[in-house]
Amino acid sequence: MLYFSRWKALATLLTALIVCVLALPNFLSEASMKKLPAWAQRHIVLGLDLQGGSQILLEVDANYVRREKAEALRDDVRRVLRDARVGYTGLAVRGLSVEVRIREESNFDQALAKLRELSQPVGGLLSTTGQRSVDVVDAGNRLVQLTISQPAITERIRQSVDQSIQIVERRINELGTVEPLIQRQGVDRILVQVPGVDNPTRIIELLGKTAKLTFRLVDVNGSVEQAVQGRVPPDDDLLYGPQKEGKPAYLIEKRIMVSGEDLTDAQPGFDQRTGEPIVSFKFNLSGARKFAQVTQENVGRPFAIVLDNEVISAPVIREPILGGSGQISGSFTVQGANDLAILLRAGALPAPLTVIEQRVVGAGLGQDSIANGTRAAYLGAVLVVLSMLLIYGKFGLIANVAVAINVAMIFGVLSLLNATLTLPGIIGIVLTIGIAVDSNVLIYERIREEVRSGRTAIAAIDAGFTRALATILDSNITTFIAATVLFFIGTGPVRGFAVTLGVGIITTVFTAFTLTRLIMSWWVRWKRPTRLATS
Amino acid sequence: MRLLSGIPLLRIVPDDTKFDFMRFRRFSFPMSAMLSIVAIFLYFHPGLNLGIDFIGGTLIELQTKDGPADLAKMRATLTGLNLGDVQLQSFGGPDNVLIRVAQQPGGDAAQQAAVAKVRGALGENVEYRRVEVVGPRVSSELLSYGTIGIIVAIGAILIYLWFRFEWQFALGAMIANVHDLVLTLGFMSLTQVDFDLTSIAALLTILGYSLNDTVVIYDRIREMLRRYKKLPMTDLLNVSINSTLSRSIITHLTVTLALLALFLFGGHAIHGFVTTMMFGVVLVGTYTSVFIASPILIYLGVGTGRKEAVETTESVPSGNVRFSARDA
Repeated sequence: MLYFSRWKALATLLTALIVCVLALPNFLSEASMKKLPAWAQRHIVLGLDLQGGSQILLEVDANYVRREKAEALRDDVRRVLRDARVGYTGLAVRGLSVEVRIREESNFDQALAKLRELSQPVGGLLSTTGQRSVDVVDAGNRLVQLTISQPAITERIRQSVDQSIQIVERRINELGTVEPLIQRQGVDRILVQVPGVDNPTRIIELLGKTAKLTFRLVDVNGSVEQAVQGRVPPDDDLLYGPQKEGKPAYLIEKRIMVSGEDLTDAQPGFDQRTGEPIVSFKFNLSGARKFAQVTQENVGRPFAIVLDNEVISAPVIREPILGGSGQISGSFTVQGANDLAILLRAGALPAPLTVIEQRVVGAGLGQDSIANGTRAAYLGAVLVVLSMLLIYGKFGLIANVAVAINVAMIFGVLSLLNATLTLPGIIGIVLTIGIAVDSNVLIYERIREEVRSGRTAIAAIDAGFTRALATILDSNITTFIAATVLFFIGTGPVRGFAVTLGVGIITTVFTAFTLTRLIMSWWVRWKRPTRLATS
Repeated sequence: MRLLSGIPLLRIVPDDTKFDFMRFRRFSFPMSAMLSIVAIFLYFHPGLNLGIDFIGGTLIELQTKDGPADLAKMRATLTGLNLGDVQLQSFGGPDNVLIRVAQQPGGDAAQQAAVAKVRGALGENVEYRRVEVVGPRVSSELLSYGTIGIIVAIGAILIYLWFRFEWQFALGAMIANVHDLVLTLGFMSLTQVDFDLTSIAALLTILGYSLNDTVVIYDRIREMLRRYKKLPMTDLLNVSINSTLSRSIITHLTVTLALLALFLFGGHAIHGFVTTMMFGVVLVGTYTSVFIASPILIYLGVGTGRKEAVETTESVPSGNVRFSARDA
């Protein structure tokens, strides 16, 4: 147990040294760290609970995605049957299904075949799962039932989250925040972390809007009064203006003439004549062409600008707008115009997002936590070091050296993992200091026993190590299992605790098995003790 | 006292202790049973003080910028917002206030709206140190994850011990484990400490460390079982516990010191966590390994054949035969 080949000793020391060195970048300033090569820049990131900031958990509205998917399917069914010149009735959406009844028995089979073509492999043509996007069923009596499959919905939600992440990122970047972290969580969630922001109200407001912008003609022939009473013409939507204007009702054609996707730019500004805040926008080529065509053909008609089903304004087209740019004037405040410009530049979310969790830590609390955690760590270390010295003397010194290297290695591993250090994470490190000496205690107590049973010093140390190491491994694995479970169920700060606890256990076992043993073997070789005092 | 190379300067536990721990089982088992019943009773009444992580709602910690906080005035302001149950309490200092707003009806969006209202009503003269808003869905998920996590942890550890020892040991450790959890939950109910995600972390850590202790003693018991084939079980357990006693006490001393440092300097936010850990690891964990986990092996049938075989040729029972040769 005490014999180390030169290579083994070297490997042990080198491993410990390298892992400790990994912790060094943490002590560099931001500027000098930037000068290092990229692989050396790995360092521990302070968690939001220590540096202060906001964390927001968003969820994609799955019901919206389902409804939209079902409505798209209904439109597809209509198009397919029209193209095939098949008469049908009762086309309707029922939950995740679309139902349609074919009028004539004679062309039912042809219609069914055409409708079956709507079912695609989920995940594109290259997908190998064999799952289809739509189940088409002949429900008898010329009724066809098309149901969207669960994998297709999940796939669509996944895509929505991916698109949303990009848009969320753009919107938050527009606010000029420093290094926001935006990532997917689970199937339908997005985690947003913004360091340094202690009031996320504006961010939440910005993310709470879908920002689907459409330009649609106002139906001047229909009656708004009748629509309000529930008789909305089939090709129109009944929409309202902003709250502060008294929510005026409009009948807006369903057909979208131009949409926000065709915008290339949007900027807040002021109207030159009235001085009120406006948003000016620019279309891309195809948008400009469509916009020019609509305005040319509909001079004199009101043209509605609709944002998330709210009519921002419905100005009358005075002359064709051919330049591909224009401006939106509603009753904006300066910030309102600014926000709308941000939303339009960033693009529309594929589905609404809901904030389901919000955690904010002010910079003051973060600093206090760092100060408290550091103080507690120092005090804990001093107490443990002193007690080990008192109890074990020189051997206590060996234990303390091992613990010091152990802690340095924890920081090294955490840096390597680019791990996040949280307040519970600091607790984990302090606890590790307390528990890490346990391996030394186990070894020393065992050596004492062996000495008392009459062994010579070297034999006792050897036997002590052999027996204690098995115990150290067994007892640490149980705690490691608990830490692993905690890692998987925990989020944020708690996960930080699990990480430091788990890493601490690994480094503890490593130092007990290699370093402590190595130092001990040096000591034995140096002193050549024949007997050890035990009391 | 200091000779040659001098391992110890200070003996915390005298060598060759011969406490008859096993005799206490007639006392410790009924006591643990009774305490467990009390803990279960406390668990239901008054019950755990579930934090917003698990029941949803809003938690705000703020600091007033101009002198001590006027709780009554703040309470009046916030009650006027019609947000249902709003609790205010002083937290750590006269200008620190902790506000809890109950879960709002109307789903996730309503929770966010409530915070915006509170922020608006309290104005600019406060510094928000912490704001946490947990919606109904997240909180119910966290609760089920927490519960599942603890069950999975116990299960995984049980399987590991079964694999590493024999099933009686695994079962014994698990009974001890559940006993620890029950008592700790009772303690948390009694002290009404906020039960949140970090409490789950505390419970799992207690689980890990308490087992750590149990495993050290079990390791020794297993070793003794192999070495002394005829030694009566109670004596064997006594020797095992006595010979690991010094280690148990020293390790608990260092862990307690680390926890003490956290308690003294770690700040207000982690008091609940640290107190729970102290109770669970130091008090319950140690007691359980010695007085529950070890003696229960007798009832689980470890070493049945050797029980009460008092007239044996081996004479280790005194607990120090092999360890009695004091050198130095």
